[in-house]
Amino acid sequence: MAQKKQFDTPPRRVALFVTCMVDMIYPEVGMATVELLERQGVEVVFPAEQTCCGQPAFNAGFWEEARPLARRFVDIFEPLVRNKQVDAVVAPSGSCTTMTSHFYKLLLEDDPAYRARAEFLGAATFELTEFLVDVLGVETVGAHFNGVLTYHACCHLKRELGIDRQPRTLLSHVEGAEVVEMNAADECCGFGGLFALKNSDISTAMGQRKTQNIAKSDADVVTLCDVSCMTHINGLLSRQGQRTRAVHIAQVLANQVDVAPRPQPVQETKPPTPPRRWQDGKA
Amino acid sequence: MATSTIDLTLPYKTRVKDALGNKHLKIALERSTGRMAGQRVAAMNAVDGPRLRNQVRQMKEYVLRNLPDLLEQLETNITANGGRVHWAKEAVDVQRIVVEIARKANVQKVVKAKSMATEEVHLNQALQAAGMKVVETDLGEYIIQLAGEPPSHIVAPVIHRRVEEISDIFQRELDMPPTLDPQVICSVARGALRKEFLSADMGISGCNFAIAETGTCCIVTNEGNGRMTSTLPRVYVVVMGIEKLVPTVEDAFLQYQALSRSATGQQCSVYLSMTSGPRKPGDADGPEEFHVVLLDNGRVDMLAKGYGEALCCIRCGACLNVCPVYREIGGHAYGSTYSGPIGAVISPNIHLEVTDVDKLPYASSLCGACRDACPVKIDLPRMLVELRRDVVEAGDTTVFDRAGMQAFSRMMQSRASYEAAGGLGSLGSNLLAGLSGGVIKSLPGPLAAWTSSRDFPPLAKRSFRAQWRERMKGRKVIGEEQNA
Repeated sequence: MAQKKQFDTPPRRVALFVTCMVDMIYPEVGMATVELLERQGVEVVFPAEQTCCGQPAFNAGFWEEARPLARRFVDIFEPLVRNKQVDAVVAPSGSCTTMTSHFYKLLLEDDPAYRARAEFLGAATFELTEFLVDVLGVETVGAHFNGVLTYHACCHLKRELGIDRQPRTLLSHVEGAEVVEMNAADECCGFGGLFALKNSDISTAMGQRKTQNIAKSDADVVTLCDVSCMTHINGLLSRQGQRTRAVHIAQVLANQVDVAPRPQPVQETKPPTPPRRWQDGKA
Repeated sequence: MATSTIDLTLPYKTRVKDALGNKHLKIALERSTGRMAGQRVAAMNAVDGPRLRNQVRQMKEYVLRNLPDLLEQLETNITANGGRVHWAKEAVDVQRIVVEIARKANVQKVVKAKSMATEEVHLNQALQAAGMKVVETDLGEYIIQLAGEPPSHIVAPVIHRRVEEISDIFQRELDMPPTLDPQVICSVARGALRKEFLSADMGISGCNFAIAETGTCCIVTNEGNGRMTSTLPRVYVVVMGIEKLVPTVEDAFLQYQALSRSATGQQCSVYLSMTSGPRKPGDADGPEEFHVVLLDNGRVDMLAKGYGEALCCIRCGACLNVCPVYREIGGHAYGSTYSGPIGAVISPNIHLEVTDVDKLPYASSLCGACRDACPVKIDLPRMLVELRRDVVEAGDTTVFDRAGMQAFSRMMQSRASYEAAGGLGSLGSNLLAGLSGGVIKSLPGPLAAWTSSRDFPPLAKRSFRAQWRERMKGRKVIGEEQNA
């Protein structure tokens, strides 16, 4: 694995790579990310030119279509780091961080100039929980949660970036929360980008396995670090009419999440008894 | 012999649909894959797993770098021991070579130890067409041969059948009285197979690894059938993929460690049978003739095409047991001799006829569990996306996919069109969601594949960037000036 950028002095300013899904579907996750960073005294800048890193095209095999997006991303973020306008790039996503810091090297293999820039940028690009715990050395962010939490380890985050301890550490310091481990927490939820459409039935079967494990954990909330997996898990939970929802870890850490009161078991009530006079069909 | 209900030549979509709809398959896979995966983890944790993986990987890389020399060294040593080496470029060459050997030795009956290489080249069919009787002697292989089915797992060929179905097959084919007792079922198989061993003229096996420095072919089994296959019949033939090679005896035991622990979670298998040549004067047993067939069948091309890393594979099946896709659909849905993540990488590369082979690299969520489990650390997810790239570059995608991706890429290359699309998407999706309680229950076209089982959220009414712009009003914004 490539060497990550080391900081002699704590980073003061970061560029937010918000990711297109957070930007367009879950702005509250972006806002929570900003809040978490600012609370640590880190200034956040948002390069407004950013769109998508190109991962959907890359994963589907459309590398020709993904390359201009990769170069564009490098053009937007790399000068900010190179010119020391920011100390690092932070993204609330394991998957998009993987794309830009790992897969760009592969995608831009035949383009040495851009590949070198992508590698330089990749070393300074951090997933949110990694940045908080490993770079800033923060474990407690002042989060409260009155309920039961469980954690789903997203695949790219855990297996490509090797990030698992960081989000779990942050969650273990959430005041008031009971953190339970679900069965097979690091098993894929079945999203896999276009896989969810191209192999919809397999993807659904995998997702149902995940939602069964979530239900068994009896957690109020499933936290995770990627809104793509969150969309898949919530899509299933919502269709199944389940109470539990998946939320991005930034939302929990920024105290955005309230738990709806648990449904109370229905009280067994006796059916009203008719007066004895009319029982047994007496007229 | 029963005719199989399993048809590997059906289209991919049908194979997957059949598998997902098969409740018994689900139970069978559930029972075995989880157990095998758990046993592997325990066995690898009992030693310095990471170190073992590093060592095997380095050894296999050495083998691939020195393949021509090592193969010739193997040939020299086998020949010196009195065996014969045959080079088979394609599947038909293996068939021709082995049928010729059998004819020359006047072979009527062949017993076989489990071998994926002979499955790959359809050797049984060729021998049967030449008038010989072929009996599989690995218990799993024996069961599926009785049922007329292809294997569905690299090391556990009958993983797709529950014990209840296996009992049915034995009752039907071997007149076994009804029982679910594995002891009884096994003893029925043992009784039937013993007769076959004693009357066979030729034994055929695959090869888990062959040692170049000594000319020794090794097979790893738990049933002893391999030993009988290699020693009882007059003629013994080994069919091995050219990558099943290790330089030294030490390396052989390295691979043996990794294989036993990763495949079945054992410290070592019950049997390790090693054959270096035919029976020598004074030997108590052993075959009169010993032949080794070296199989290419596209493996050399694989090296050239950049997928050589997959030739490090030691066929332990660990990646199948942890693959969430394999665990839902089993092996037959892949339509190939080799299933699971490694099958999805190998099948499009070697010379196999697989229906819809282009679909296999897409049969993965790229979760990476396979790479974590692999004792040789093969980067399977990376090769799967590279194979997808090859499919696209060869023009083997639908016009719809291509047009869609091109439009997506163009849209994302401009902030203005991205924001405009976001605005439109927000309007449209909120309209749709408004009709069904805040979430989208039904989408048109290819997106219907999502909403057939899952809801989708509407886009935000105000995007992050819109909220950010408001927040930063009047402040100097870094990153804006370059496009001001």
